[in-house]
Amino acid sequence: MSGALARYRICDFTGQLAGAGATKWLAAFGAEVIRIEDPVRQGRWDILRGMEPFKDERRGIDLGGAFNNHNTGKYGITLNLRTTKAREILAEIVRQSDVVTENFAAGVLENWGFGYDALRALRPDIIYVSNCGFGHTGPYAEFKTWGPIVQAVSGLTHLSTLPGQPPAGWGYSYMDHTGGYYMAMAILLALIHRERTGEGQWVDLACTEAALTLHGPTLLDWSVNGRGTRADAEQRNSNRSQWLPMAPHGIYPAQGDDEWVAVVCRHDADWQQLGRVIDADWCQSPSWQTAAGRVEDQDRLDAAMSSWTRTRDKHAIAGALRAAGIPASPVMRPAERVDEDPATGDFGLWPTVAHSAIGEVRVDGLPVHLSETDWSITRGAPCLGEHNAEILGRLLGYSRETVDALTAEGVL
Amino acid sequence: MTALNGMRVIELAHERVAFAGKLLADMGADVILVEPPGGAAERHHPPFLNDAPGPDRSLWWWHYHTSKRSVEIDLGAPAGRERLLALIDQADVLIEAEPTRRLADLGLDWPDLATRRPTLIHAALTPFGRGNPASDLPATDLTLMAGGGPVWSCGYDDHSLPPVRGLGDQAANTGCHYAVMSILTALLARMTTGRGQFIDVSIHAALNVTTEGGSYQWLVNGTTVQRQTGRHASIVPTGPTQVQCADGRYVNTGVPPRIPAEFAALNEWLNALGLADQLPEAVFLEMGATWQGPFDLSLIGKDDTVTAVFGAGREALKLIARSISAYDFFMGCQRAGLATGIIYAPEEAFEDPHFRARGFDVPVFHPELDRYIRYPGAPWRMPASPWRIARRAPTLGEHEHELFGPEDS
Repeated sequence: MSGALARYRICDFTGQLAGAGATKWLAAFGAEVIRIEDPVRQGRWDILRGMEPFKDERRGIDLGGAFNNHNTGKYGITLNLRTTKAREILAEIVRQSDVVTENFAAGVLENWGFGYDALRALRPDIIYVSNCGFGHTGPYAEFKTWGPIVQAVSGLTHLSTLPGQPPAGWGYSYMDHTGGYYMAMAILLALIHRERTGEGQWVDLACTEAALTLHGPTLLDWSVNGRGTRADAEQRNSNRSQWLPMAPHGIYPAQGDDEWVAVVCRHDADWQQLGRVIDADWCQSPSWQTAAGRVEDQDRLDAAMSSWTRTRDKHAIAGALRAAGIPASPVMRPAERVDEDPATGDFGLWPTVAHSAIGEVRVDGLPVHLSETDWSITRGAPCLGEHNAEILGRLLGYSRETVDALTAEGVL
Repeated sequence: MTALNGMRVIELAHERVAFAGKLLADMGADVILVEPPGGAAERHHPPFLNDAPGPDRSLWWWHYHTSKRSVEIDLGAPAGRERLLALIDQADVLIEAEPTRRLADLGLDWPDLATRRPTLIHAALTPFGRGNPASDLPATDLTLMAGGGPVWSCGYDDHSLPPVRGLGDQAANTGCHYAVMSILTALLARMTTGRGQFIDVSIHAALNVTTEGGSYQWLVNGTTVQRQTGRHASIVPTGPTQVQCADGRYVNTGVPPRIPAEFAALNEWLNALGLADQLPEAVFLEMGATWQGPFDLSLIGKDDTVTAVFGAGREALKLIARSISAYDFFMGCQRAGLATGIIYAPEEAFEDPHFRARGFDVPVFHPELDRYIRYPGAPWRMPASPWRIARRAPTLGEHEHELFGPEDS
């Protein structure tokens, strides 16, 4: 177990991925992350808890594969916050925690009586990090979001498209992952600040604002040059180079069903190398010998490229081009990049965890290694209330009998 | 004070690591950008101020290098290496995206740096990891996104169209997010151990674990998601969620109603708009409004009634969307408690009243232009340690005197 964050305890209300992904990082570096879940609704404020994918086709509230993926190494307790006793227990846990985290819609925790002022009354230097789509202030503060909504409103969806098509957008919640990264950064920054000053704070993270920061040059092109991205939306091909004059720059069909390869010529030298590999007359076309000429004529250039790639294996194409110094990559299928790619396997990217109900299953690891305090992911997500006795025993001194009685009373 | 006030970060200029430096610099770290003689290549990265190129006119440069200072150092010359080491001697963090052997060849790599400066945190960001020779092969955002997983999941229902790479240099952005998370973690670790460490960040690995079901569907039960238009890639095809509104703009109809209050609000809105008689599934919508007990989403496609009720919510949203403007749809749905979104261009979001009211756009003074430029602002509101753009991106060699004095520059 990594010691980097072992001295911190997180009282964690997060769910889904945008929140749970943040505290997964903390747990992997040794923080004690205690998930608080509602026994009455079986923890369903995290919709992923009992959702697919399932291993061995076993379904159930403890068997959700995505939930397991996002909650490795955390503890889980149940608290029925409708009861006074559960609220007292929560208050004591907050007193002993460094950070309280949640990604409910704005105001939910406040309505339960555990807004920032209440948390601060329990522990003056508490760090409270909330993560919601639009933040806790402003006209849309009450609005609800999911990753795809954040991506829609922030412009990420709009800038993922092909000509004459509606937006393709992102085929997954890029901003749930990335919102979680921003939440993790915010927690770590607030911890650093507290270590240096003794001061806690409430961090209001609006996922849509975090997403907007990912379009910096586009926004400056707007605010400085007045150039927007709406007028040419119908013609946009986001597989082409966004800023630099590079062509060819595309994703081309390869041999086989739904197989594709990405190829980029960064400059004329790449183009000349490409011509040596392809060795076809069209590579010598005079108007294509300069980047400007190729960018100008990309539709025809892409058609020529496709005619060459279509009958060839994507790995063979990428291998030959990379050997010639040209950026290229197969579009990797999940099976290929997970099971057949040393760059992920040898990196240790897919650790196997032991989950109390699911058994052994692989999960997303972390794409970094720290030489002195590296991460460790070995334990699966908690089952509902799995650590009630352990945590309430350790933090509040409750006996097993007390925990059983509280369970019978509907507190846990 | 800001969270990283007084922390010194040395950044070896490279397009892939620039965002990590910005995230630290805007939180108060003193980030010193080390550029090669003549300036970094990214100074010539479009777009440009008034579309006119020039080393201090790149808007890409402006965005990714806010709050940093800059010096020119020739790492190929002994004197240059001494200057870098002088900076390292006072640094907390080194961030770089150099070829895997370059710093070792110059005698400037971990662990030599640790011997000299045991508290140093050295983060290396490479395409495939520091130990992988593939990191030295050419790669761009497109090839990294294609190989790392994102592209497989993005595109259209029609698989004769190629899969799609979303714009915004998201490969480097994702690598930089992980680099910063790692650096902050290492800074906290250093507070107890007193020692720095080496951090190896793989962009390819970062993308691989930023694909949701793309990875974990395969990990859990060996199934492969298939891309769909404007919504999650999926094992089982799901209904469209993207609708073109009456004004030609698109919305994402999000997650349809799942609880009685949401079905009821949607039904009420449908009636208020006078559209109820155009919805054949209206009866199921009413059924949803009076549903008793839990509405189990995992039964969609398995239980006929649950499937019909869920489908009615989705159809009602599509019907309304086609009948009104995208913005009105967004507002109406959200007021009914439904998580839907207008598909904005980034600049439309930038000008939207919500983000303006929150002060997301911030003015940054450019003394050479004698004007303020509106920049994208804080990714979080951290009142005790505020995010802030301290100054515009540095001009070439702007801080030579400050850092090395007149005799040495």
